[in-house]
Amino acid sequence: MRLIAVELACHRGGRDVFAGVNFAVASGEALIITGRNGAGKSSLLRTVTGLVRLAAGRLDLEGGNPELSIAEQAHYLGHQDALKGSLSVAENLRFWAGFFGGSDDVAEALDAVGLGAVADLPAAYLSAGQRRRLSIARLVAAPRPLWLLDEPTSTLDVAAQNRLAELMGTHLAGGGLILAASHGPIGLGNAQELRLDREAAA
Amino acid sequence: MTALTALLVRDMRIAVRVGGGALIGVLFFLVVVTLTPFAIGPDLALLKRIGPAILWLAALLASLLALDRLFAGDRDDGSLDLILMGRAPLELVVAVKGLAHWLTTGLPLVICAPLIGLLLNLDLPAEGALMLTLFVGTPALTFIGLIGAAIAATLRRGGLLLAIIVLPLTVPILIFGVAAANAAIVGPTPFGTPFTILCALTLASLVVGPFAAAAALRQEME
Repeated sequence: MRLIAVELACHRGGRDVFAGVNFAVASGEALIITGRNGAGKSSLLRTVTGLVRLAAGRLDLEGGNPELSIAEQAHYLGHQDALKGSLSVAENLRFWAGFFGGSDDVAEALDAVGLGAVADLPAAYLSAGQRRRLSIARLVAAPRPLWLLDEPTSTLDVAAQNRLAELMGTHLAGGGLILAASHGPIGLGNAQELRLDREAAA
Repeated sequence: MTALTALLVRDMRIAVRVGGGALIGVLFFLVVVTLTPFAIGPDLALLKRIGPAILWLAALLASLLALDRLFAGDRDDGSLDLILMGRAPLELVVAVKGLAHWLTTGLPLVICAPLIGLLLNLDLPAEGALMLTLFVGTPALTFIGLIGAAIAATLRRGGLLLAIIVLPLTVPILIFGVAAANAAIVGPTPFGTPFTILCALTLASLVVGPFAAAAALRQEME
């Protein structure tokens, strides 16, 4: 499977966010998108999800399911956690697992992010880092080949960062693809780097 | 569990938990209807005549109460982004959210109506007819409300806008709902005529509501 982007451009709020972005990521590979604040890292990820329309360029997922759009084969971990405070941790995860076609049994995914002990706690009582981990559990509970991660390590402590690195490693080893926007290293050894600069857009 | 069942279960759970909208709608309905006899006074004939209208108005406003959070809540916490990335068609997703809203807000009103109808001097056949019109008509209120909820989703404090968009569209439902209930109570028109039109309005809104709301949501995500 290969995700190929050709000459992507994005236009938001009356200005060009980025233009002329090219990359290719194959199964088992990761691409880290770097750049300063406002360089368009999040916008780039959101264009891949289809939530932001491309101004120009082409995105293809070679070897993917031709019946489905790229967004329908991708997981998006954005800045927002998409959790409901009145539902318990397990209920939140079970909903997303069910919605994305995963299994009803979420215990394994909760253990993978170290939240097994608080499964019955309402999500409103979670700390920021725990909310983040619960969002990450969603990626594990319902398998999809392409992971789009926006600052995945923000709010995570060192142990949780290591756990995330392990999960990403397993995902890549299983033939998955990862696109991550980040300022710092996120624990992926041999990832490609794509640097978004204002100069590139000009 | 399919995507749509998961969504239905989750939306109903949220609605009946603390802070959800289900209980508030029913309480609002009960309060409005209970206050009416105090405001109008003990004129039993008058109460009986305007009873169906009061109940219908209260039901209309009560079902609007929880609507403004229907999509705005999901948008604020990022759930809407993920829902749009699901494999379920957005029209069906919207319809399922509407169904969950009706089951937690509309259906309890239908069940409460006969109890509270006693306060308005409605007798047994009148309450049956009223319950039937509410049962048929409240889904239309919810599904037309979906359109307004979708439009208001992106706006801060979109609740007032929602009422302004939705209430004019619900006028036909109000007219034929109350007309059918009155026909059953005082006559002289047969119950069937307005009731059939009410059924038709509901069926039409079940189709138009989800498509229009999905289109509004797609437009807004840009």
